[in-house]
Amino acid sequence: MGPVESLRHFIPELVLLGGAFTAFFLDFLLKNKRLVGYFALLTIVAAACLLKAPPKESLDLFYGFFHLDGFANLFRVLALIAVAATILIAFGFSPLRDRYEGEFYGLFLFMAFALITVAAANNLLMIFLSVEFVSILSYLLAGFLKNDLKAKESAVKYLLFGSVCSAVMLYGMSLLFGAAGSIDLPAIARVVDSPAMKPLGMIGLLCFFVGLGFKISMAPFHMWAPDVYEGAPTPVTAFLTVAPKALGFAVLMRVLASVFGESYRDWRQVLMWLSILTMTLGNLTAISQTNIKRFLAYSSIAQAGYILMGLAVFPSPLGKDGVLIYLFAYLFTNLGAFAVVSSVGDRTGSDEIASYSGLSERAPVSAALMTVFLLSLTGIPPLAGFLAKYYVFAAAVEARFITLVVVAAVNSAVAAYYYFRVIRTMYLVPADQPALPKPPVSAAAVTWLMAAGVLGIGLFPGFFIKLILG
Amino acid sequence: MDILNFGIKVGIYALMAGTLVLAVGVVTLRNLFHSALCLAATLIGTAALYLVFHAEFLAAVQILLYVGAVVTVIIFAIMLTEHIAERSVAQRNRQSLPALLGILVLIAVTGRILLKTPWAVNPATVGARVTVADLGAALMGTYVFPFELVSVILIAALIGAVIVAKKEKSS
Repeated sequence: MGPVESLRHFIPELVLLGGAFTAFFLDFLLKNKRLVGYFALLTIVAAACLLKAPPKESLDLFYGFFHLDGFANLFRVLALIAVAATILIAFGFSPLRDRYEGEFYGLFLFMAFALITVAAANNLLMIFLSVEFVSILSYLLAGFLKNDLKAKESAVKYLLFGSVCSAVMLYGMSLLFGAAGSIDLPAIARVVDSPAMKPLGMIGLLCFFVGLGFKISMAPFHMWAPDVYEGAPTPVTAFLTVAPKALGFAVLMRVLASVFGESYRDWRQVLMWLSILTMTLGNLTAISQTNIKRFLAYSSIAQAGYILMGLAVFPSPLGKDGVLIYLFAYLFTNLGAFAVVSSVGDRTGSDEIASYSGLSERAPVSAALMTVFLLSLTGIPPLAGFLAKYYVFAAAVEARFITLVVVAAVNSAVAAYYYFRVIRTMYLVPADQPALPKPPVSAAAVTWLMAAGVLGIGLFPGFFIKLILG
Repeated sequence: MDILNFGIKVGIYALMAGTLVLAVGVVTLRNLFHSALCLAATLIGTAALYLVFHAEFLAAVQILLYVGAVVTVIIFAIMLTEHIAERSVAQRNRQSLPALLGILVLIAVTGRILLKTPWAVNPATVGARVTVADLGAALMGTYVFPFELVSVILIAALIGAVIVAKKEKSS
């Protein structure tokens, strides 16, 4: 479809782009930067309202460079929810005041646009461009509080690690392009399917694992995650643990599904071991953490391991559904947990787990909601995390990946130990500090919304599964 | 004619090898200034390779943008930063040796696979000459979406760079 006809289906993205530029302009005019944030939020709501139900057959907008199908539409929704929640969390984050707050919201509108292009990327050029777009914005946002030493360190580490991983992925792409003479995924699939081309296809696939494994913090490419998640401003951390990871999974699913078909069944073994490695490393290291952001960073690495379970069995539809449901459950759970961390950290001035002692008396609502999110991360019914875990476990059992199921079950038990440790600190350790003031309305609102999502998915699974899977 | 072809081939391989050696220099030399000069030379070598493959426009852009602008800025930054030009920093640590071994194995495996792969050659593209006008038409036609996306990426990166570089009000 040519560019002019395409614009008709591209309205939400245009609204986001126009909103981003207007936000920077408003930042010039307005003294109260919070208004720019409200405008950014309004833009996202407008874009969300303009989202149309996905067409039955996919639309190839702009000569196929923006591939709009049900899958892309789903991730459009996910991206908009993640960005809107992040902006709400940022409203209650005081270190951001007087530090380019307006630009912060503007960059997040660009981020929403970037995430959507990732979801709709269907050829090598667009995959690389859009993933880099998200990465560049992530580096910037991680180091946004530039007077903070940890933030600086995290941004530089993120940049160096990300550039190397992108370079490796680009090399793999160049090989695939050289073999197929085309950047389109279906054309590449036809070429690498022949036995003579299989070793080359394998290299290309491994390079994809490096580049996208970095985005989803898959072991052994997870080393950046704890430092970046600890150093970045808390709202940015909340965002980074969810959205780029989900979109990384989206690209990986698209590449695996459309390029590497039946003849590449060996990669399932590779993915299975990577999944085991990721969840085990994440869980074992999370046990000894004392900083809540670092703790949730390792927990998010472990969660990536569980999501990979659904990918390891990939050609099975159950695995694909499992990944999608897990990503949505994880979106609400982790954003909610970080909303609490951000608002508690803002009021106590510390991100240490020790400062959560007696939180049930000092801030009963925050403590109760945090408990809900931690229980959902553990996978306790009737919360969203349980449904998600149920799906990926079912997919692994169906594919007869018994080793994977056993390891994942043991891992879940280990994870329960350290999640409950935080709950114990909040409820059983006596408070040694005074009660906390009430959180700002925005922070309370986003926490309650995320809790509603977690409980909603858990209590009405049928409704949400239909909504997500169509 | 055979000798001529042979000479051209040797020349091209020498060019590739030289570019690679210079690239190794970028990441091993102990002096930052020397590394930057090596980087400039590497980029010129790459531009020469583009010329060999009949991508004249790309070669010109490569020299203009990378050698002319990017490396110049890097060298300026090195010279304007105090005590950074004459200092020598070791670019290796205790993990260099295991990393080197791993890379050698990787190169061996990849090289073997690349040599065994039957690369398809499209006869239509062998003699094809792409003019600047063709490139422009493609960028404004089929490739208009990625082209515009790159502009958005550049604007976002530019805004971010200004924020990172700007002095902050003391808090």
